[in-house]
Amino acid sequence: MSEEQIQQDGGIDLNPNALQFLTFILNGEEYGVDILKVQGIQGWSKVTPIPNTPDFMLGVINLRGAVVPIVDLRKRFQLEQVDYGPTTVVIVVKVKGDEGERVVGMVVDAVSEVYNVNERDIKPSPNFSGSISTEYIRGLSMIENKMVILLEIDSLINTGVLDLVPSELVV
Amino acid sequence: MFDEEGMDEIRQIFLEESTEGLDVMESGLLELEPGTADMETINNIFRAAHSIKGGGGTFGFVEVSDFTHWVETVLDEMRSGERAVTEDGITLLLESVDCLRGMMDSINAQSEYDTPRISALQARIVAVLNGEADSDVDAPATEQETALDQDSEGQQEPLVDSEAESIVDQPLSKDAPPAEDVAEKTAVLEETQQAPAAEPQPLEKAAKPEPEASATKAEPDVAAAPVAAKPVAAPEATKTEKGGADSGSSIRVNVEKIDSLLNLVGELVITQSMLGRFKKEFKVSDLSDLRDGLAQLESNTRELQESAMQIRMLPIKVAFSRFTRLVRDLSRNLGKKVRLELLGEQTELDKTVLEKIGDPLVHLVRNSLDHGIETVEKRLAAGKPAEGLLRLSAYHEAGNIVIEITDDGAGLNRDKILSKAIERGLVSEDEQLSDERIYMLIFQAGFSTADQVSDLSGRGVGMDVVRRNIQDLGGRIDIQSEVGQGSTITIRLPLTLAILDGQLVRVGEEIYIVPLLSIVESVFINPERVNVVANNQMLYRLRDDFLPITDLRAICGGYYRNMSLDVQELNDKLLVVIETAGKRYGIVVDDLEDQQQVVIKALENNYRQVSGLAGATILGDGSVALILDIPSLAQRCFSDIDDSDQQATA
Repeated sequence: MSEEQIQQDGGIDLNPNALQFLTFILNGEEYGVDILKVQGIQGWSKVTPIPNTPDFMLGVINLRGAVVPIVDLRKRFQLEQVDYGPTTVVIVVKVKGDEGERVVGMVVDAVSEVYNVNERDIKPSPNFSGSISTEYIRGLSMIENKMVILLEIDSLINTGVLDLVPSELVV
Repeated sequence: MFDEEGMDEIRQIFLEESTEGLDVMESGLLELEPGTADMETINNIFRAAHSIKGGGGTFGFVEVSDFTHWVETVLDEMRSGERAVTEDGITLLLESVDCLRGMMDSINAQSEYDTPRISALQARIVAVLNGEADSDVDAPATEQETALDQDSEGQQEPLVDSEAESIVDQPLSKDAPPAEDVAEKTAVLEETQQAPAAEPQPLEKAAKPEPEASATKAEPDVAAAPVAAKPVAAPEATKTEKGGADSGSSIRVNVEKIDSLLNLVGELVITQSMLGRFKKEFKVSDLSDLRDGLAQLESNTRELQESAMQIRMLPIKVAFSRFTRLVRDLSRNLGKKVRLELLGEQTELDKTVLEKIGDPLVHLVRNSLDHGIETVEKRLAAGKPAEGLLRLSAYHEAGNIVIEITDDGAGLNRDKILSKAIERGLVSEDEQLSDERIYMLIFQAGFSTADQVSDLSGRGVGMDVVRRNIQDLGGRIDIQSEVGQGSTITIRLPLTLAILDGQLVRVGEEIYIVPLLSIVESVFINPERVNVVANNQMLYRLRDDFLPITDLRAICGGYYRNMSLDVQELNDKLLVVIETAGKRYGIVVDDLEDQQQVVIKALENNYRQVSGLAGATILGDGSVALILDIPSLAQRCFSDIDDSDQQATA
């Protein structure tokens, strides 16, 4: 499924029990993050690379006076690399960690929609093998006949991104 | 009467005020010269004691007010001239201050008072009041004890005995100081009083309010108490919070600084409204107005930044003040005569830096007293004045604060340090080292040349901690010394931890910032002077030195060592010579850009600490530049080859 095929009519349900997810596209798949964690969405801008960090850590940018790290989710999920295009955006999320809140930007192919999802519609994810462990996935949900992977963004960013140090130092 | 919370608050207010009062008492007592009766000083001490007594009574700390009552009585007699100001009297009062401090600690910890100590001291005060001489043997011995307690370095019984004897001798010789001596001392006193220009004024101001009035004000209610405490605190001449270093969370700021900040904010608002009108309508003819407005905004911003930083600045007097007492106690303890000179006490530096510099300074001062300044006999034998000189001075130099600790003692023994270092395997026997390098060896962990370990120093712990603390603050430490003439330890620190003087360097398209403090010089690279030795380590021949060098590009590319660089490529590049831990290294960069002050933003706020980086900053164009952490970079790039093997296998 490519991004052109995504339905644009996902109206917002006003059910107060529903969770709202912002979804984004990564290599054709749709992922969702809890919208309350999202601080903003902005276009791609040049980053300052930080030496001696994993390759998916692109560097840092100046976000209204704060130095914010930017992570490339394609690289993190070990997906095929593509050039950044006009729809490439940075989703800025605020996550809770052991040392307080941290603001991090994630580079994704495109943002998609905001969906309401009922807790009961979230299915546990099957075991994955590979670059993304199931602890970073809150569950799967079928929305308008598409599968959306709902991410556990706190643990993904904290343990899955920020705490990782380069696997090998070139000596 | 009060609920639990209210009681806590009252206790805190009382403790805060009393701590200030005790500081005033202590510094006043140290200023007092035996045989003279400086009314103003005695009055200050008396007022402070009276406030503590009043506060103790009001807040229900009866033991404090009872004890202070006796102290106050002694002071009252001194004030009225009934009692002469003697060395013993001052010592007894200083002990009382210590004792009161102990009581404050007990109140703070809500634990039991040290009753035997209090009653023993009280009995001695009463005895003195009754006209009995305070037994000489008792006094120094107790002082010895308290001094050692404070030092908390563990005490050795035989040492105490022998030292107590030497101290017993001392007051005798001091009883009748030669006229010359007194004159000299008062001259120094005047000098130190004059040095900070602000001092005499607050003293006068403080003298104006009626002693009784200021103290009784403290009694009626809690709200009035902080007001009443002010005149007492004023003689400290600290423009800002004196006890700030202890409280940690709050800072007392001079109203002037707040006013100037508010003025600047006012100006900023005016500038903003001036620029704001362009929002509605903008004609090309407005361009020059816009330009003017922006220039004004720029200067407003800069001033506002400086003014905001000023709020965090405290005079170094806060850190220096403790040394008067420390030097007095230690020199008596060691049987040495030492005169302490404090210069530039009003030099201001950032609160964080100030708090962290205290302990290293104590170490260095103790070291100077213990190892540097000789005993009276040795000094006389060497043809020096009997009284040793220890000078602490602080001044600003090129955006840094410089603190110097100078003594006119024996100086560092170059050969002894070297032989000790060889013995410990810190340097090899055939190594040729400059004097400076040798002196820096004393900052190595576990290094001590003291023949005898004392409770003060000589265990070799401490100096390495001093160096590490100072490096953590982004500072530098240097030693100059001459045998028989004394030594000077110079500490250079950035004024603040939030802003750093940086040299912008360019590597490829990236800008990095090297703290200016660690740069020794920058030179154009002459490829002929580069040698590549074993393990691909490159050396650069700079005058008579061989510097290990590395390319910043290699560091930033994630390679830490052993990257073979094409020597010819180094042509036209620049070598930034850095110094850390007394060693020099070279870092190859493509170009040097501006020097500017940068605001440090910690990477761990949103990411984590990255080795080799001290943080990041935002440049004028809004881009982020990384600040290099020179000590950790040097360690990673130039540490011993053994380490690299371990790293490789790790």
